[in-house]
Amino acid sequence: MASVIASPPASATVAIRSENLRRHYPMGNTVIRAVDGISLEIRAGEFVALLGSSGSGKSSMLNLIAGLDRPTSGSVVVQDRDLAKLSREELAKHRLHVVGMVFQSFNLIASMTIAENVELPLRFAEIERSRRETMAREALERVGLSARMNHRPSELSGGEQQRAALARALINRPQILLADEPTGNLDSHTGTEIMGLIREFNQHLGMTVVMVTHERALAERYAQRMIFLADGKLVDDRPNQPASAAIGKEVRS
Amino acid sequence: MKLPDLTELALRNLRESILRNSLTTIGISVGVASLVAMLSLGIGLQQLASRRLEKSGLFDTVVVTSRREMRGMGREEERNGPNPGESRILDEPVRKEIEQLPNVLEAYPDIRFATELRFEDKPHLTMISALPESAKSNDAFDGMQGAFFSSATAPEAILQKSFAEELLGKIPPLGAPEPNVADLAKPLLGKELVMRYAQRESAPAPPLRPADGNDVAGASYSVVSREQKLTIVGVSDLDPESMRGPMRAKVFLPLKLAESLHVMQPTDLREISSAASNQPVYSSISVRVKNPGQVQKVEDAIKKMGFTTFSILDATRSVRQFFAVLDLFLGIFGSLALAVASIGIVNTLVMAILERRREIGIMKAIGASDGDVKKLFFTEAGAMGVLGGIVGVLLGWAIGQVINFGTNIYLRRQSLPAEHFWSVPWWLVGSAILFAFLVSLVSGLYPAGRAARLDPVQALRYE
Repeated sequence: MASVIASPPASATVAIRSENLRRHYPMGNTVIRAVDGISLEIRAGEFVALLGSSGSGKSSMLNLIAGLDRPTSGSVVVQDRDLAKLSREELAKHRLHVVGMVFQSFNLIASMTIAENVELPLRFAEIERSRRETMAREALERVGLSARMNHRPSELSGGEQQRAALARALINRPQILLADEPTGNLDSHTGTEIMGLIREFNQHLGMTVVMVTHERALAERYAQRMIFLADGKLVDDRPNQPASAAIGKEVRS
Repeated sequence: MKLPDLTELALRNLRESILRNSLTTIGISVGVASLVAMLSLGIGLQQLASRRLEKSGLFDTVVVTSRREMRGMGREEERNGPNPGESRILDEPVRKEIEQLPNVLEAYPDIRFATELRFEDKPHLTMISALPESAKSNDAFDGMQGAFFSSATAPEAILQKSFAEELLGKIPPLGAPEPNVADLAKPLLGKELVMRYAQRESAPAPPLRPADGNDVAGASYSVVSREQKLTIVGVSDLDPESMRGPMRAKVFLPLKLAESLHVMQPTDLREISSAASNQPVYSSISVRVKNPGQVQKVEDAIKKMGFTTFSILDATRSVRQFFAVLDLFLGIFGSLALAVASIGIVNTLVMAILERRREIGIMKAIGASDGDVKKLFFTEAGAMGVLGGIVGVLLGWAIGQVINFGTNIYLRRQSLPAEHFWSVPWWLVGSAILFAFLVSLVSGLYPAGRAARLDPVQALRYE
């Protein structure tokens, strides 16, 4: 499984830095200030929770870090690259290699089997077929889903689908995992399992994790740092002592 | 994304909404089928026409007539070249001169005359023509019963099938099947024909006293009625002179024999001074050229000598032009259906974008570039084009076969020979599929571009 390890954590290295970052959407005659001047720094290997009520701008912030969206002004530098200055093609490369994403609604492609979903990013990365199959199997083993690799997403439970989505997010060995309400559609038991996996990626693979959630309890239990947003502005940024890793191990199925 | 991956994903996506994509593909197939059917009809008819022309054996032949003949001249020919009255007579020295021209295989006089033949004491009036030795290789004698002339001077004759029917009194009524040439030849081969003809003989000036204002201008000749016995050596199935229309002969003699007979020719009346001297004057000379490519050059050279020429190539030039226009029109009609089908592709793919909006968003979120998305939609369009093209070619070929079959039943009922007038050459198969592919790609341009530009954040929000 050593092949899935990202660059080792170095607390001094900055993974994500935003400066006076803004994302405004026009809507009718008004302007929605989804992200309104946020400056922050996330070090490599950190597990950060972005907290806030709905409409606070946390998902928009995540999309900017992911390179799915472009800032209206300001800068967002991920792994020393200013995303605002990248071309559409380079942003696609950023999403492919630098970040991995999981979503509340899993976002697996319904017409593909789990294995095909997981290896899809490898197709975009133009990796040869034989290697793709091995890598997809390894990633599915890591999330404990190798038995169901030939099923379609609709045949799987929510927890299983989110595991598949995690395997897909890992497959190109990104340094950063971006999770948007990863447990939002899951019951608490399954949610705990998924969070355990995310914590494992953070601790054992050294991935930087940015998780958007509105559940403060979840953030307190897993994150090392909690950033609170409201109306597109950063309102609080505090370190957190997560529950011990032992708990994470305990809940791993 | 690499091509094998693109193709795999595209085919998978096409399978996902199998009904809609099948219908679109069928639309392309129908378009390609109509294109293939139309063009193969045009090509088939053209091949049929050229086959007919080639079988005539006159493809490499130039027919030379004197301008004194004063017929068969177009307006342009009338204006250019010498005045007919002052132009040269087509005689033996001219024949030899033409034979010396580059690329000319041979030049032989056309001796043809209508006369009476007696067979078993019954008279038959027909057109007779002389054939050179080289005519032996003419395709028209492929299915001949019996043999070609034993020598260029042998008193022998080859009959055309229809004349054999006439001799035997076996002319089939209209609509009845044609009798077999072998059955016709059996009772005729080796039998004797008696040919009556008018021979031209030079004669001393008649001892007539000139009447008032009517002087004897020169030499004179006499016309003597003669008979020549001929042995039937062959009966030909095809008509070696099908291109000559009403002038075509039904009985053929060896050339040297015909020359030695000094048969009275229509030109003899006009060229009276030469005729009287027993020096042959020809109404026309056939010139065989090494290959059809040089026909034009030889024609030009002969025209420069001051004669009128005609070749099948002149006729086929307008035939080819006609078929080029016909093919163009058939092609345009055929393409109309394909144009309609291409709108179907645009529609299907635009629908697919709406339906797969979220999927496109997901692919972009996990690293697909605009190019990947564009290529995927392009490949889907292209795959529909190739599939539709293949099915369409098969369909078009099948339509052609059915129509060919049906028409041949009709032709047989009219007791006409069956013809293969439907042709699907390989280049048409290849280019029809390629054309369908290209049309699909063009149709895919807009949808693919639209899919590629989709904003992933918006697309992911879409449920």
